[in-house]
Amino acid sequence: MQEKVTCKNVEDPRQYTIEGSLKNGGYESLKKALSMTPDEVIDEMKASGIRGRGGAGFPTGLKWSFIPKISDKPKYVCCNADEGEPGTFKDRVIIEKDPHLLLEGIIIAGFAIGATAGYIYIRGEFFFGVKRLEKAIEEAYEKGFLGKNILGKGFDYDIYVHRGAGAYICGEETALIDSIEGKRGMPRIKPPFPAIAGLYNGPTIVNNVETLASVPFIVRNGGAAFGKIGPEKSPGMKIFNVSGHVEKPGSYELPMGTPLREIIYEHAGGIKGGKKLKAVIPGGASTPVLKPDEIDVKMDYDSVAAIGSMMGSGAIIVMDETSCIVKSILILARFFAHESCGKCTPCREGCTWMAKIIDDIEAGKGQDGDIDLVYDVALNIFGKTFCPLGDGASMMVRGAIDKFRDEFEHHIKNKTCLVAS
Amino acid sequence: MLSQAAIKKIEEVQKKYPTKRSAVLPSLFIAQEEQGWVTKEAMAEIAKVLAIPPTQVYESATFYTMYNKKPVGKYHVQVCANLSCSLLGAEHVINYISKKLNIKTGETSSDKKFTLSTVECLGSCDTAPMLQLNDEYHENLTEEKIDKLLDSLD
Repeated sequence: MQEKVTCKNVEDPRQYTIEGSLKNGGYESLKKALSMTPDEVIDEMKASGIRGRGGAGFPTGLKWSFIPKISDKPKYVCCNADEGEPGTFKDRVIIEKDPHLLLEGIIIAGFAIGATAGYIYIRGEFFFGVKRLEKAIEEAYEKGFLGKNILGKGFDYDIYVHRGAGAYICGEETALIDSIEGKRGMPRIKPPFPAIAGLYNGPTIVNNVETLASVPFIVRNGGAAFGKIGPEKSPGMKIFNVSGHVEKPGSYELPMGTPLREIIYEHAGGIKGGKKLKAVIPGGASTPVLKPDEIDVKMDYDSVAAIGSMMGSGAIIVMDETSCIVKSILILARFFAHESCGKCTPCREGCTWMAKIIDDIEAGKGQDGDIDLVYDVALNIFGKTFCPLGDGASMMVRGAIDKFRDEFEHHIKNKTCLVAS
Repeated sequence: MLSQAAIKKIEEVQKKYPTKRSAVLPSLFIAQEEQGWVTKEAMAEIAKVLAIPPTQVYESATFYTMYNKKPVGKYHVQVCANLSCSLLGAEHVINYISKKLNIKTGETSSDKKFTLSTVECLGSCDTAPMLQLNDEYHENLTEEKIDKLLDSLD
């Protein structure tokens, strides 16, 4: 069986302590990285082929290489622990059960790009995770893995925890940066990209928790060892979160490219109560829904994109035959309307109107033409905003109408739900 | 008025950042921890300590949902109503708690003991349905679990 990358030691009850972490080889990769040059570390990241685990799938090594070598402003690493994509609960596992693995990744990232500090942007509701991280940071300072002259190698680096305060949009990297700066979390227009002008206008990388927690494995075993797991263009191990109507909801770290069917029926134990599968959202709320005849898809960035959806954060939400698609999509449409930051008109107005119209359809007050109207609104959001929030809402709504138009029509014609509630 | 201890904490938290404005979010948490919600007076005091315009504190306080802009009960019951929880009965959980506490969502009980809210995904979808009671997650909810939890509070 393939060795796990980020969840290898999460079952060890003492792993969250520094002693537990060191017993299992914690910070060995940091020692190795500090004996390399920063460029050598970035080269291993590039060789690994790892793509960002937050959902966008951008190659991490390339992102790191965009940071200018010389800068008159301090450089920063931001760890995105905002984990807000509905259906996603993977970063929480790492933060609570193996915080030192994450810190090690953040320190190595800082060394590779020449940063002076790392900020962990963690969603405000993760009180327990914040405690675990703050304690772990304290322990790392005591052991000389943080602070001045780390491990005697002349590298100075600090890590701080910054709590978000309940805003999904702050998972977007430029909104996250503004939020650390104390402002409303509203995405900035790009360019300039954070690699050039990010936190406090310094060169900045923003990486997801799972991405940074993969760094120690890559440094320890070499990029090639990571790159040979799974498909060539989306390599590595990935945490899949399965929730909804399955027997064993949970986090499963598996090779990229594992078929969705295997994840649902083998790892997550199949549909709850032996019911029939109706629909699957493959990668979090922003990703278009799949029908049961599409679940042989391999779970990697390119394979899921090829069938018109996205692997996103790997958040798999399973719906059985008793689920109402209109109601489910209404919940997500309301979510996007609530979480739109309001900066771009198409998203602010469009998400609100989509939720209102779908609300009418769900409540039996839908009219002829409403489905096409929602679709038209969705099309007018897509590609017209600073950040991908509106795009996600648009794709999610259009995907549901494309696949389950009959259910929307039934609601309008019969003023009731297709499934008995 | 914020206590001296709170002001000291605000001064302390600034050290994490190169700019004072960055301390706005943690400072609002410090104020809320002490007063249960964020008053306009507290926002003004934070601005004074950080030596930034009060509008900069106000605009952030009103953007983020975790800052209570009005008083909440001693126990803030926040039930996740997003999709994964909803598929596994979040609506029933909300109705059950609403009936038990005799308040609607968004309301505070007359004895100021409970506030009931619905919230978006809290990242605990494998243990749905779930709620957050003040700082703590309570997961895999059933009627019995809810009874036990809420009846144990004084």
